[in-house]
Amino acid sequence: MKFKPLEILTHIILILGVLLMVLPIWFSFATSTHDNVSIMTEGMKFFLGESFSQNYNEVLNEKGGWSEEVTAARMFVNSFIMALGIATLKVVISAMSAYALVYFRFKLAVPIFWLIFITLLVPLEVRIFPSYKIVSDLGLTNTYTGLILPLVASATATFFFRQFYKTIPDELLESAKLDGANSWRFFIDFLLPLSKTMLAAMFIFMFVYGYSQYLWPLIMTTDEKYWTVVMGMKIIFTENYEGVALPRTGERFAYIILSMLPPVLVVVILQRWFIKGLIQTEK
Amino acid sequence: MSFLELQNITKIYPNGTKAVNETSLNIENGEFVVFVGPSGCGKSTLLRMIAGLEDITNGKISLDGNIINKIDPSERDVAMVFQNYALYPHMSVFNNMAYGLKNRGISKEEINIKVNDVAKLLEIDQLLTRKPSMLSGGQRQRVAMGRAIVRNPKIFLFDEPLSNLDAKLRNQMRLEIKRLQRQMGVTSIFVTHDQTEAMTLGDRIVVINNGVVEQVGTPKEIYSKPNTKFVAEFIGSPQMNLFNCKIENGIAYIADMKINLNNSTNIDDASLGIRPDDILISDNGQHSCVANLVEYLGSDMIIYSKIGDQEFSCKLSSKINLNAGDTFKFDISSTLVHLFDNSNGSRV
Repeated sequence: MKFKPLEILTHIILILGVLLMVLPIWFSFATSTHDNVSIMTEGMKFFLGESFSQNYNEVLNEKGGWSEEVTAARMFVNSFIMALGIATLKVVISAMSAYALVYFRFKLAVPIFWLIFITLLVPLEVRIFPSYKIVSDLGLTNTYTGLILPLVASATATFFFRQFYKTIPDELLESAKLDGANSWRFFIDFLLPLSKTMLAAMFIFMFVYGYSQYLWPLIMTTDEKYWTVVMGMKIIFTENYEGVALPRTGERFAYIILSMLPPVLVVVILQRWFIKGLIQTEK
Repeated sequence: MSFLELQNITKIYPNGTKAVNETSLNIENGEFVVFVGPSGCGKSTLLRMIAGLEDITNGKISLDGNIINKIDPSERDVAMVFQNYALYPHMSVFNNMAYGLKNRGISKEEINIKVNDVAKLLEIDQLLTRKPSMLSGGQRQRVAMGRAIVRNPKIFLFDEPLSNLDAKLRNQMRLEIKRLQRQMGVTSIFVTHDQTEAMTLGDRIVVINNGVVEQVGTPKEIYSKPNTKFVAEFIGSPQMNLFNCKIENGIAYIADMKINLNNSTNIDDASLGIRPDDILISDNGQHSCVANLVEYLGSDMIIYSKIGDQEFSCKLSSKINLNAGDTFKFDISSTLVHLFDNSNGSRV
């Protein structure tokens, strides 16, 4: 096989790009498998060490926080529940509201759509105090419901679903109507399967969004049992600075690597679905 | 009472366009009726109102004795074949056909039997597991038909289903639709803008123009006795020749040509119509003209010529030796002409 110079050049650029993105992660992972002494004395590592199981075990199971009760494993579960809840509800609610906006020709559909769209200008961080007030008045602080609920509406996803539904030919709806499908059936039997790709993509985005939430869970939770992974970084990075103990760099890197796993897994799993949807042009 | 009755149907769109105006029509059980007209004449709107996909502004539609104006499309028991087939892209052929049955709560075994029977009838039984995207145009057409047939509806509605096919396939499917309709005896309404389709398919043809029914009749009636100038021009290929003329005492004057109509009509502004193949060419014809252009079509040829400044065409067997620039003689028989009053376009 012959390579043209341009092809070689583009490949070099691509490979450099990959290295640029993968190397820091590899360094973190390699470092996370060494004990603290060698990291302290020799710096970041490129090759794997022998303290993998020890570091990861400690990170996952050590009880931390002021209460000395919360473990990283617990925080992973919390983050997972929160991200899953936010992503699922966001996708479901946006798909349904877009369905209402596109297919039910009520008079105010367009103004309502723009009203929804405008909420993009008011992200959670802007309305965090009113949101907190409402959630706490409802008695939902320190609950999963409180963590998830204020984040489940999504103007972006509604917009994307709306645009997608608009590309579906009217005849499909009419044909389904003649085949006896009511509006609920049309949504379940037609729109959802047809927007599989869109659903997967939205779910990925929204999962990562929910997973990386920091400010909201920080304000919402006083009980450490509801802490999330992103908040937990604070524990693992701030403790042990008094005294003569070594900084626990190995464990910290282990924590970072672990915290990256859930979003990566979601992307890897759903990506297959996503690409399958892209390849089968079903229109 | 007829099987399907349309009474004074009017459709006015929200933007004020009047698509269908005071249309009444009776269709008998088992009939194959074709709505034909130029695009935008309201024929599809009429069909969609029967299906329940458009609201009816005014008038009454009754099917099998029940008024269906307000009945949901899914409960009218009609099946429709769309121009772009509207197959469900995410479902296999089997599920495309089975979907309507499932919604009607028919048991799985029965669905299986029905779908397989219809698939055999349409010769698509090999394709049942495929998705619509893996089918050719003709196969999609068959699936769309199958989806309609399998439900065994009271009426089939066809909305220009052949216009996306190439010419050869179109002729083939046309025959097949006709055969299937005969075989099953289900009342069918077929919308098209193609007069050949209309002539070959319909038991009766409804010619529609500007939202108004111009004429209803068998293909033969429509062809041999068009009620209006519009129908005369629209049906038949090549188009009927229409000469503007003055008629005095049964003699039509077209430029310097006189045609004796053997009656005593008097119309100042009339149209005299004669089909291109009704012009009789013979060596001892009364009239003579110069052939400006000769179109050779194999067994036939078409001659384009002029009387005064009015163009006309004649169709004749290509066995006759005639070239452009030659003079030919012909007769126009009074029994073969169609007379229309230009003031209202109706037949005299």
